[in-house]
Amino acid sequence: MNQNLVDLIDIRKEFDGEPVLKGISLSIRNREFVTLLGPSGCGKTTTLRIIGGFETPDSGDVLFDGKRLNDVPPYKREVNTVFQRYALFPHLNVAENIAFGLRIRNIHEKDIQRKIQEMLELVGLRGFEKRNTTSLSGGQQQRVAIARALVNQPRVLLLDEPLGALDLKLRKDMQIELKRIQQSTGITFLYVTHDQEEALTMSDRVVVMNHGSIQQVGSPTDIYNEPENAFVADFIGESNIIDGIMLEDCKVCFCGHDFECVDKGFATKEPVDVVIRPEDLRIGFPGDSQLQGVVESIVFKGVHYEMMIRTEHFTFMVHSTAAEPVGKTVGLSVVPFDIHIMKKSMEDNR
Amino acid sequence: MKKSFAYPYGVWMVIFILAPILLVGVYAFTSGDGHFTLHNFTYLPGYLPVFGRSFWLALISTAVCLLLGYPMAYIMSQLSASRQSLCMMLIMLPMWMNFLLRTYAWMSILENNGFLNQFFRQIGLISFLQTQFAYPLDYIPLINTSGAVVLGMVYNFLPFMVLPIYTVLIKLDSKLIEAAQDLGAPTHLVFRRVIFPLSLPGVISGITMVFVPSVSTFVISQMLGSGKYLLVGDLIDLQFMGGAYNPHLGSAIALVMMLLIFLCMWVMNKFDDGTSEQGGLML
Repeated sequence: MNQNLVDLIDIRKEFDGEPVLKGISLSIRNREFVTLLGPSGCGKTTTLRIIGGFETPDSGDVLFDGKRLNDVPPYKREVNTVFQRYALFPHLNVAENIAFGLRIRNIHEKDIQRKIQEMLELVGLRGFEKRNTTSLSGGQQQRVAIARALVNQPRVLLLDEPLGALDLKLRKDMQIELKRIQQSTGITFLYVTHDQEEALTMSDRVVVMNHGSIQQVGSPTDIYNEPENAFVADFIGESNIIDGIMLEDCKVCFCGHDFECVDKGFATKEPVDVVIRPEDLRIGFPGDSQLQGVVESIVFKGVHYEMMIRTEHFTFMVHSTAAEPVGKTVGLSVVPFDIHIMKKSMEDNR
Repeated sequence: MKKSFAYPYGVWMVIFILAPILLVGVYAFTSGDGHFTLHNFTYLPGYLPVFGRSFWLALISTAVCLLLGYPMAYIMSQLSASRQSLCMMLIMLPMWMNFLLRTYAWMSILENNGFLNQFFRQIGLISFLQTQFAYPLDYIPLINTSGAVVLGMVYNFLPFMVLPIYTVLIKLDSKLIEAAQDLGAPTHLVFRRVIFPLSLPGVISGITMVFVPSVSTFVISQMLGSGKYLLVGDLIDLQFMGGAYNPHLGSAIALVMMLLIFLCMWVMNKFDDGTSEQGGLML
């Protein structure tokens, strides 16, 4: 039995000879909240548009419930989209926008009215049915767009950076709201964003993309704690990425020192990327630490201080709740578990 | 300082818009010796057929312009940018030629011995009609028909229908079309429920810009209808320039015409307001 709702098999797409997707393969399971995460131009929106039917892949297959969907036009697909700038119909009011898809399917007027009310309730816009969409705030328009898509009970809801135009506070509220809606409706969400925090907050699984290919697929915890390569490490949260050389299993050399680590399976003398999270570096006394450096700058970030500490070979970013004065020589140490060794990627993504 | 910038426009409007309308008003309500009278208006019921004909022909012309112009504007809006500007050129090109010249050209095309009738003779259409259906003439009457007048109006005013519709259509957000498709609308419903309702402002201004000059034209009907189809424009022309010289009656007719056009526009705008509130429900 195939449990996957959507399967992408080796999707390739070019625009004007420029490859945008270089062989994307991805499976999305029923009732899952999956986020495509990556910098702009990484192909995440194109992937979404291919599932929505607005672009056709040059090669590869889109399967929906195991059936090939490539040449099915958008209006026959059991997916609905929440567009980046909402794309609400300006000539229709809130209720008519929500009813648009239902009217096309010739649903009984009584049911339409009931469903409009249900949807307005779900997105928290009761009493707005007669309002003109252009008179609504960004967040309210957002909710109408979600209601307009959800009322059709799609198998998959595609969301293309839906919170991009909202301010920070509203965005945080809507993240929680979206997660709640997804859980209460049980609809599969495929969400596109370039905001890593958004992706980590809402998703069951995150798909990190760059330059038209998938870098890593995993749960938010996996993606954050076990990034597969330097790009993912850098894109998800802050990272120090240092050039190193693998000496043997569980032993790596960087910054002129040998370090114990927990990674295995690299060739002897293989050049690697060493990734250390800023919060995993401990500041200590210069004498009894592995590295020593001078505090170059310090910035207060709310919960922690962000310090740049220059050592002989590399300037580390360090997060710490204790401040050290600029110019002070300090020691830096890191435990083996927090040293992440990654294969050098072919293209330099930094 | 800022306010004073508006004065030249104010003066302009007073001299060239307000004063002529007032003059027309004064003439319409006075007799030849300058006394107030409603006498001029008593002639008007006699001209009812002329008014009727003007409105009828203008209505047909506007409808034809809409039927031809909308698809034209729609197809144009779908073309690539370079093709669009080429089409725009082609639509504007005839307008660079003098209006009278263009209408003269149509005369020589439509005449009994004109281009089209010669063509019909060449392909044997006329002799076919004569032998098979005992057709009495050796030409097909094209000029001096109401059809020729409508043709002249459509030809001259079509760009005024195409351009406003085209302008609205190219500004239409393609995301709205995608949204409609996404919500399950096949192509014809995308057009009926989204594209057409959103292009209505262009349609309304197109109708206005074709209907108003059509209803008041006089050159076209004189040249292509040989005065057989007297329109309101011809009637007014006769009162000022023609043998029937009577500017008081001419003004009265012009005034009534203005009011009728105003009424038409008012109804149109009511219709426009209605759709923007109720939207696709009307369709």
